[in-house]
Amino acid sequence: MEKIKLVSKEISVFYKDFQALFGINMEIQENLVTALIGPSGCGKSTFLRTLNRLNELIEGTVIEGQVFLDGRPIYDKDMDVVALRRDVGMVFQKPSVFPMSIYDNVAYGPRVHGINNKPQLDEIVEKSLKSANLWSEARDRLNAPASRLSGGQQQRLVIARVLAVDPEVILMDEPASALDPISTAKLEELIQELKEKYTIVIVTHNMQQAARISDFTGFFLNGHLVEFNKTEELFIRPGDKRTEDYITGRFG
Amino acid sequence: MKDKGITAMYWLSALMIMGILFGIIGYIVVKGIGAITPDFIFQAPAAGGKSGGIGTTIISTLYITLGSLIVAVPIGIGTAIYLEEYSRRQSTFAYLVNVTAETLAGIPSIVYGLFGFVFFVMFLGLGWSLLSGSLTLAIMILPTITRTAQEAIIAVPDEYRENSLALGASRWQTISRIVVPSAVPGILTGIILSIGRTVGETAALVLTAGSSLGLPTSLSDPARTMSVHLYILAMEGISIQRAFGTAFVIIVFILIINYLANWSLNSLSKANRWEKG
Repeated sequence: MEKIKLVSKEISVFYKDFQALFGINMEIQENLVTALIGPSGCGKSTFLRTLNRLNELIEGTVIEGQVFLDGRPIYDKDMDVVALRRDVGMVFQKPSVFPMSIYDNVAYGPRVHGINNKPQLDEIVEKSLKSANLWSEARDRLNAPASRLSGGQQQRLVIARVLAVDPEVILMDEPASALDPISTAKLEELIQELKEKYTIVIVTHNMQQAARISDFTGFFLNGHLVEFNKTEELFIRPGDKRTEDYITGRFG
Repeated sequence: MKDKGITAMYWLSALMIMGILFGIIGYIVVKGIGAITPDFIFQAPAAGGKSGGIGTTIISTLYITLGSLIVAVPIGIGTAIYLEEYSRRQSTFAYLVNVTAETLAGIPSIVYGLFGFVFFVMFLGLGWSLLSGSLTLAIMILPTITRTAQEAIIAVPDEYRENSLALGASRWQTISRIVVPSAVPGILTGIILSIGRTVGETAALVLTAGSSLGLPTSLSDPARTMSVHLYILAMEGISIQRAFGTAFVIIVFILIINYLANWSLNSLSKANRWEKG
């Protein structure tokens, strides 16, 4: 019944002289939400970015270990990074819409992957916006600049843009940190809907949020994965003193 | 008390700048406007510029400006893209290109003229021609176009690049579909500033494009731009009134170009405001 989607095996990340992650092992299950928590600078975002090989954009980054997506080693030489990033989409902390229309934002991914047929694009745009719960608000102004949308709408547009390339996994890096409470609630609701079809890994600063939306939680500290467990287990019966201190608010 | 004095000084210097600007423009308008007639704009010069108009020099100016842009814009933008998107920022090569561009920007135009004369006119045997003039000016404006394009590309938020790459776009798709379109207003500003320089350029052109009054009909024909015409009219005492008439037309060109530059800068900052909102 449960299927492992992503496996991180002994992942270590170095930025020049600084080691950001120490041998992380984690198994991420399909169609569930996995939350990564921990204080700033603990390596949770760095870990997230190893899952779609986005870390290697930063000069001087060295990555050791291996990540398997459906059993395929993604750090292999002959891995197609473009295909990987199509399968593993990413939503960033700051909603960053491209300076173009709402429609063109969503159609961007399909277009770079070679879909130029207008009816097909129309269908993808509509479907993606619907899945991101933005269709009713955006349908009448698809050609308006995306920058006119509110922050919460922009974040949902970014999610629609990711959905448009038909990923299997969606990585989210503190997607709610720039949003107001109402937009955050909408986003959390959306994440619950999305896990029906996608595997979601979300980095969050907010422990209540992790407790509300996730099935599994990993707690990072100083580049180590201190604890990884079912969310309710981790929050009710933390197995490590440091986890307990963090979730009870003693530091961080 | 001290504050007031300083404020007054600022005011005074601001007034002086305005005064000088309006003084010069006003003077040229007053002295030059008498020469402006439809014939002056559209007719070819006659008797070495004593009579007739400046029509051929306007066309030569447009040709040379266009010619230098056709050469310099693709090279400049290409260099900027390479330096900002492909080369590693601290690489020795990128550093050398940057230093070269900065040094080139500070060289007086007469030196470009001398180089153009020796290299294009003599060595390559292109003669005094539209081609020699355009190539020389292209080299002259290349640093400006490269630097402004670099600045515009740097100003494109990194999040755009990350988001595009995370969607599975290749590096080149990211550059051509996101980075360069976002940088267009800034790139345009550099191009417009360069047009201003080519329209006003004299020294480099006297040495490379010659001073023939005929209408150039091919790239190998010599050509006299408005600025060169103005220089010769005044220098050889042919007609001061016509020199002012020519100056008037140049000033109108430059004002239009400055207006366009401001307009494109404004649309750039508007786009940035959107992005924040």
